[in-house]
Amino acid sequence: MMTDLILVLVVLTNLKLLGSSRLGSSIRVVAAQGVMLGLLPILVHVHELSLHFAALAAGTVALKGVVFPWLLFRALREAEVTREVEPYVGYITSILIGLAALATSFWLGGRLPVSTGEPASLLVPSALFSIFVGLFLIVARKRAVNQVLGFLVMENGIYTFGVGVVAELPFLVELGVLLDAFVAVFVMGIAIYHINREFDHIEVNRLDQLKG
Amino acid sequence: MNAFSFIPLLLALVLSPLMLGVINRTKAFFAGRHGQPLLQTYFDLFKLLQKGVIYSRTTTWIFRAGPMIGLAAILTAALLMPLGKCPALLAFPADFLLFAGLLGLMRFFTVVAALDTGSSFEGMGASREVFFSALTEPALFIALATLVRETGRLSLSTMFGQASNAHWLHSGPVLGLVVLALVIVLLAENSRIPVDDPNTHLELTMIHEVMVLDHSGPDFAFILYTSALKLWLLGALALGVALPFSSGNPWLNLAMALGGMFGLAVAIGVIESVMARLRLRVVPQLLIGAGAVATVALILTLK
Repeated sequence: MMTDLILVLVVLTNLKLLGSSRLGSSIRVVAAQGVMLGLLPILVHVHELSLHFAALAAGTVALKGVVFPWLLFRALREAEVTREVEPYVGYITSILIGLAALATSFWLGGRLPVSTGEPASLLVPSALFSIFVGLFLIVARKRAVNQVLGFLVMENGIYTFGVGVVAELPFLVELGVLLDAFVAVFVMGIAIYHINREFDHIEVNRLDQLKG
Repeated sequence: MNAFSFIPLLLALVLSPLMLGVINRTKAFFAGRHGQPLLQTYFDLFKLLQKGVIYSRTTTWIFRAGPMIGLAAILTAALLMPLGKCPALLAFPADFLLFAGLLGLMRFFTVVAALDTGSSFEGMGASREVFFSALTEPALFIALATLVRETGRLSLSTMFGQASNAHWLHSGPVLGLVVLALVIVLLAENSRIPVDDPNTHLELTMIHEVMVLDHSGPDFAFILYTSALKLWLLGALALGVALPFSSGNPWLNLAMALGGMFGLAVAIGVIESVMARLRLRVVPQLLIGAGAVATVALILTLK
């Protein structure tokens, strides 16, 4: 029940990201999504709670809920960009595409032969949906900050998948994934700053030629 | 059919103007004012009914028929809407389609009457009304389809009779999403605050109010009463989903439903007090969002 609630909230935050026009609110939504997903392993494995899951949850919440938003807000502030998202695909179209993707994810999730436990019937579809939304945000938005957010949402999807499908993912592997995400966001934050300093903007559609 | 099933209809007819009064008092409380009397809408109706009517020479019979057809449509719709666990006077499979259709008929005649005045100003309001309702109707229908899937019943009365707290325990997210979508539909359809401000007479932002500017006297009383009933009926729809608890005693259920309705009125008043009206450009996004929320609920029930 609680897992379902969290997963439905994750689906709603994804839709909100598709319709959101502000970079700041997008960053906050991704942070909220990260916190909710951080709590997910505790709820899924509520009967076999161990230090392992507690540590993983604490690490995820701290990283995705505090460190990433802080880094991204800092990048936003230093790059001094306007706060509009600037989409290639309009917000309403994005939401409609998102709904189609959600339906596809549920259809696909029902057919994938992965063994999930009884309470996890929503896990696979919402994981697929997060991965799709992440990809879509990377492709359909101009701002470099949005690419980082799309990457994070995609990572959240893979993480959801991991929580549901693999009961006992080795602790080290999960830590490694978290560390990868951290490094990626860190590097992208610096990259955004440098792109901005070189080109006076962070719009990726204008980065198709090198500055001589 | 027993005498008991007249009760939702009677309560809707008698108490719907009071709901507007409760909303206004809540807003007044938040603004630190004393506010108008709770019964103000009844006074307004009474005053308007005693006045004469003025018809512009450019209007035709459509303008005169509009308010009456609107009232007739909403009264018919009131026959179909149960109040909490108390079933409606009429119930038959797929009656919610008729309910939505009657709301559409009412809107159509309001719009046509507004266009009939020949005023470009009212035409603008009519255009906005049609545009926004084209976006709320999918949300309403998808939410109703979700309820049909969820309860396995095909009429509003049996749907709400079937719904119980077990549904909240078993599929809480679905019901929560449906309630959210229905509340947004309720706010939009009744031109409440995030979409339209019922108090403002600022020309460029009005939607519903601008269409009825040329109606006067009893005609305007009809329109006022129609919109009060519409608020009551859509409120009852959202409430039936939000509070499906049954106590076993019909009178107690009825009291609970009435309490819920006025709680809903207070909630609308609070929403109107703490939120600003959205920019007109953003309103379609909100309404599409309501449709998206309802679609997520539908997908969850289909899985």
